[in-house]
Amino acid sequence: MSEPAVELRGVTLRRREETVLERVDLLIGRDEYMAVLGPNGSGKTSLLLVILGLLEPQAGTVRVFGAPPREARGRIGYVPQHARFDRDFPIRVLDVALMGRLGLRPPGRPFSAHDREVAHVMLERMGVERLAPRPIGALSGGELQRVLIARALTSEPKLLLLDEPAAGLDERIGTSLWEQLEALSREMAVVLVSHDIGAISAHVQRVACLNRSLFVHDAHELTPEVLEKIYGAPVTLLAHHDSSKGDPR
Amino acid sequence: MIEALSQPFFQRVLLAGLLASLACGVIGTWVVARRMATLSGGLSHAAFGGVGLGYLVGFHPMLGAAGFGVASALVVGLAYRRLGSGIDTLISMIWAVGMALGIVFIALAPGYAPDLGSYLFGSLLFVPWSYLWLVAGLDVLICGVVWVVFKELQAIAFDEEFAEIAGVRVEPLFLMLLSLTALATVTLIRVVGIILAIALLTVPAAIARHWSDSLARMMVIASAVCAAATTAGLLLSWSLADSFGVSAPPGPLVILLVALLYAISAAVRHRLRGAP
Repeated sequence: MSEPAVELRGVTLRRREETVLERVDLLIGRDEYMAVLGPNGSGKTSLLLVILGLLEPQAGTVRVFGAPPREARGRIGYVPQHARFDRDFPIRVLDVALMGRLGLRPPGRPFSAHDREVAHVMLERMGVERLAPRPIGALSGGELQRVLIARALTSEPKLLLLDEPAAGLDERIGTSLWEQLEALSREMAVVLVSHDIGAISAHVQRVACLNRSLFVHDAHELTPEVLEKIYGAPVTLLAHHDSSKGDPR
Repeated sequence: MIEALSQPFFQRVLLAGLLASLACGVIGTWVVARRMATLSGGLSHAAFGGVGLGYLVGFHPMLGAAGFGVASALVVGLAYRRLGSGIDTLISMIWAVGMALGIVFIALAPGYAPDLGSYLFGSLLFVPWSYLWLVAGLDVLICGVVWVVFKELQAIAFDEEFAEIAGVRVEPLFLMLLSLTALATVTLIRVVGIILAIALLTVPAAIARHWSDSLARMMVIASAVCAAATTAGLLLSWSLADSFGVSAPPGPLVILLVALLYAISAAVRHRLRGAP
């Protein structure tokens, strides 16, 4: 029971002959709220895919709750970037949320009343329960983001991974989203990747800076000098309540 | 027109069209929702290789089409899953190679292939009972499979990556969906032929999308649209021949009719919702 949620040791990943991750060591505790920060193309999404077991690193070991990632999948909730979704896909919000329950029953079996209840509870938690019968095409970006988080939560995970959760959301929605994630981090490990520096450092406990290699910091010690090293250019660190897009360049 | 309906051969033709419409609506919905129209076009054209092999070796060309279609579905499906972005070239390859193989096989086959055109453009002049049974069987198979694993297929079509993580066995199900797409093409061979099948796998479902936000309802509407267009095309073809002595094949007429229906549907929807 005492294994960390995520343990990466010396993980090196190459994709198309390019080194995406280089000897990455990372330890994430079971009740941690952590952000992985880095510019575009720094390997953030790849890092999540490695933790999910969807990408196989060329070197190093990956353990999730002490097991290989594939075996731990039942305990991982994943929230992909909402912007990449085909909003024209004909599906209702409730059916999206129920997808988190698919692996918990034999293939082909209908969802139980309990499955539906969990889906409703998680939608409620993310404040989008009233949208349950709506088609996803009718949602705003912020609403879809919450539905996708609810979908990840319906599998009742112990580790929640989010890819750029605030990208494209307006400031106010972004801020309340960070607070909701903070609340979730009391029940599970929450790891998000983002390039949005200001908002993250205000809420998370630790920040890992990624640009192929990874450096871990406590959130409060994230200074402009540290960030400059990661981004390779001077960076303005935004104030606590300001979550506007901090384009590093 | 009424007299057409009383002719046993016409009834059989009509039945073939209606049976194929079911497969076309159900599979077409996935093709449109998953945005795999080109892939379905590639699969139907690849099936022609099987038709040719049938002529050459001496088994029923329809079986050849089914075999080639499913084999191509498995190859392209695996390549898609493993290679990802390079899929475009591969689809155009099976598309053209299937056609080329078909032509070469037929050239090598002894004698003359009399009803070759019927595989390419459809032929509803004579529909044997064996074909009706084949299509009915494929309908049962397609609807049965989709019914049982609907939620899994929906999850895969919507977000393959998440489905995988959630514990769905994505690869076998995806390959199965592609194989069913190939088989749906086979049901359409008699009606509109290999070359035109792509239109019936996409246009009726695209019309259905105008009027529905759920996959299940799309399947029903798409099947109905397909059935209506097929029936109208057949009757039109009959009437043209009967009244004006013009022999217009029904397959192309069916395609032109669904295209017209699409334009009308899009226009009406635009009026009602002001949406593009």
